[in-house]
Amino acid sequence: MAPSQKELDEFKLEAESWFDTNTPAQPSFALPDSFMEVGTDEQFNFLRDWQNKVYEAGYLGIAWPKELGGRGMDPAFQNITDAVMAKRKVPFMMNTIGLCWAGPMIMQMGSEEQKQKYIKRILSAEDIWCQGFSEPDNGSDLGNAQLKAVKDGDDYVLNGAKIWTSLGSHADHMILLARTNPEATNKYAGLSFFLSPMKIDGVKPVPLRKITGEYGFTETFFTDARIPASCMVGAEGMGWQVAMATLAFERGASTGQAGGQSMVMLEASQVVDLARRAKRDGKPAIEDPIVRDKIVQFLITERALLLNEKRRSVGALNAERPFAIPLASKLQYSEFRRELCQFAVSLQGSEATLYYGDEQAIDSGFWQRAYFNAFSATIGGGTSEIQRNILGERVLGLPKG
Amino acid sequence: MENLDINFSEEQAMLMNTAQKFSRDNSSLDKVRELIETEKGFDQKVWQEMIQLGWAGIAIPEEFGGSGLNVGDLVPVFEGMGRHLVSAPLFTQILASQLLLAAGSPEQKSQWLPKIADGSIIASIAMTEMNGSWNSADIEASHSNGTLTGTKTSVLNGTDADLIISVVKETDGQLQLALLEKSAVAGKMQRETAIDETRRSFRLNLDGIQVAQSQLLNSGNVNDAIAQMSRTAWLLLSAEMAGGINGVMDVTVEYLKLRKQFGQPIGSYQGLKHPMANILVDLESSRSHCYHAASVVSDGPESETAEIAARMAISLASETFTYASDRAIQFHGGFGFTYDCDAQLFLRRARWCEFAFGDAQHHRKKLADLLL
Repeated sequence: MAPSQKELDEFKLEAESWFDTNTPAQPSFALPDSFMEVGTDEQFNFLRDWQNKVYEAGYLGIAWPKELGGRGMDPAFQNITDAVMAKRKVPFMMNTIGLCWAGPMIMQMGSEEQKQKYIKRILSAEDIWCQGFSEPDNGSDLGNAQLKAVKDGDDYVLNGAKIWTSLGSHADHMILLARTNPEATNKYAGLSFFLSPMKIDGVKPVPLRKITGEYGFTETFFTDARIPASCMVGAEGMGWQVAMATLAFERGASTGQAGGQSMVMLEASQVVDLARRAKRDGKPAIEDPIVRDKIVQFLITERALLLNEKRRSVGALNAERPFAIPLASKLQYSEFRRELCQFAVSLQGSEATLYYGDEQAIDSGFWQRAYFNAFSATIGGGTSEIQRNILGERVLGLPKG
Repeated sequence: MENLDINFSEEQAMLMNTAQKFSRDNSSLDKVRELIETEKGFDQKVWQEMIQLGWAGIAIPEEFGGSGLNVGDLVPVFEGMGRHLVSAPLFTQILASQLLLAAGSPEQKSQWLPKIADGSIIASIAMTEMNGSWNSADIEASHSNGTLTGTKTSVLNGTDADLIISVVKETDGQLQLALLEKSAVAGKMQRETAIDETRRSFRLNLDGIQVAQSQLLNSGNVNDAIAQMSRTAWLLLSAEMAGGINGVMDVTVEYLKLRKQFGQPIGSYQGLKHPMANILVDLESSRSHCYHAASVVSDGPESETAEIAARMAISLASETFTYASDRAIQFHGGFGFTYDCDAQLFLRRARWCEFAFGDAQHHRKKLADLLL
C-alpha cells in the first residue's frame, strides 16, 4: 500500500533533523568529487564511516528487503531521504558500485547464498565493491573481454588484467566479467560473471594516476588467482546477460538502487554564484551578456534533467518511447556536468590558468579539478559515444554499425 | 523549493491520443503539400471536425460555450498537430479567445466567445510590425480619436478571419486592443510570402480604420492580457514544435534506415546516428519543459513561474526544431536539397515558429533578467 502524505511528511522531518544533527563537518583534507576519485586512505575511511552511519540510522537501502538488511519500505521513503541528502550536500555514499548496480543485480540474479552473504554488507559499507569490466585492450567493446577464467575442481583460476578499477585499491569484492570459453560460438557466449574477492593471492591492484594528478583507480592484475566456483552469477556462458542487466542498473535504465548520491552534485546555481564573484576584464562575469546567455542555457538543461525524471512517472507521456529518458539520463547529466565545469573555469579570466592546489586560485581551483574529473562520468560506464549508439539503435531503431 | 510540476490528467491523455490519431489520419505529408497549393491553406472540412472535437473551446469557460479547461490542456492537441504539420486556424483562434477572456467586457465576451468556440467565426490577432520587434513596447500602430494608423504583420488567415484583434498604442503610449470585424479590414489585407508555406499570413494596413468605443477591448488590464496571451503563444508554439521535432525525426530516421551507401544503411554510421541521438535527447527535454509549462501556465497573469517555464520551453523547442530539421536536410543528401524532400516542410515550419514570437536568444535574454 502506498504511504500516506502524512507518513511521508513525518518521515521527511525525521530525516531532515537526523542529517542536520549528524552530517560531519568538512574534514581538514579535501574530499573527492565522486566515488571514482577516492585516492587516499583518509578519504576512504571518512566516506566509509559516513555511509555506515547513514545506514545504521536507517537512511540507506530503505526499500531493500528486510531479510537482506534493508527496511522493506516503499521507495518513496528513500527518494525523500535522497532529496534531503542532496539538498544538504552531505558527503556522497562511496560504495556506489555495490549500492547502485552490483547489489541490485545480485538481488535480481544472484543465488540465495550470494544475497545473504553480500547485500547487507554493501549497505553497511563493510564490504566495498569495484567493477571489472574494462580491460586494457577492451573498453567500449565490452563483449570482447579476454580475462581468462579456467575451471579447476571447485575453483576458477583467473589470469589477465582489468583496468580503470575505481576503488580498486580499497575494494573487497569485484563484479567481474571473464572469458570461460574462448571457443564459444560467438564472443558473448564465452563470457561468465563472477563476484570475485579482491584481497586474495594473485590479485594485484596497481594505482593509476589521473589527469588531475591524483590517484583513484587502478589497473588490476590477475595472476593464477583462485576463486570458488560459487562466486559465479547465473550459469557459465551467461556472463553477457548478467553484464547487460548490471549496466541497466548502472545507467539508471532499471530501478532498485539503494539510494544516496554517488558524487558531489554540481548545480548551475553554484556557477551563477561564481559568476557574481569572478571578474572578466574588470567587471563581474555575470554582467557579460554572453556569460548570461550561456548560464541560462545551463539552467534550461539542468531543469530539463529534473523535469525528465519527474516525467518518468507519467506513463502516458512515455508510452511511445519508454526507454528514451532512462537511457539518455547518464549521457545528458555527465555531458552537462563536464560543460558546466569547463564554463565555470572560463569565468575566471587569467586566474583560470591556475590549478587545484594554488591557494590563491578562485575557489582553490575546485572548478579546474572538477572539469578534469568530469570526464570520469562521460567515459566511465560506457562513453558518451556508446550511449549515443545505444539511443540511436535501441530507441530510434537505427541499424548497428 | 523550485516548482517542477508535471500534471497530466486522464483527460489530457485521451486528448493526446485523439489529437495524434486525428492529425495522422487527416494530414499526410501529401495532403500538406496539396493544401500549400490552395488559396485558403487549410481544409474547411477538417477544420470543422476540429471544431466538433471541441478544440477551439477547450480553454473557454462553459458559460461561453467552451469546455472550461485551460490553455495547458491544449498542449497535447498542438503537439499532435505539429507532428503532422496540420494546417488550421486554431492557433490564432485560441490567442484571440484568450485576449477576449482577459480584457473583454461581459458583452464582448458573450458576443464573440461562443462563436469562437463553435467555429462559426474564425478569429485572429495582429501583433507584430515591420520593425521586427517582439516587444510590445515597440509597437508603433496607434489609435487616436477612433482612428487607427500603422501596419501590422503576420496576421494569420487574415482574409478568412471574421474577427481580428489588433494591438495598438494610444497617444499616451498605453497599449490598446481593437476588435476589427471583417468588413473593417476589407481591402486592407495584403498576402505575405511566409517562409512556412502551410501558413497564410497577411500584412494589415490599419490607416484610416475607424473603431467605436465598443470595439476597444479594455475592460481588463490590457498589458496583463497581452502578457498572458504571449505566454499562451509560447506554450502552444513549443508544443507544436515538440511535435514538429518528432515529425522530422520520424522522417529522417526512416530515411537513414532505408538509404544505403558503401553497402550499409547510412543510419549505421555514427556521423549520422549520433546527431540523431542528440536530437532525441533534446526532443525529450523539450517535451518535459513543455508539459511543465502547461502545468503552470494558467497561474495568474503576474506569475513569474509561468513566464519562466514558457520561455524556457519555447527557447529549447525552437533551437531543437531548427537543428533537427536542418540536419534532416543534410542527412537526406542531394535529395534533401530538393523541394520534393519532406524535410523542407519541417525546416520551413521550424523557421517560422522560431521567429514568430521571439527566438531562443530573445527568450534567454529575458530569462537572464528574471533568473540572474
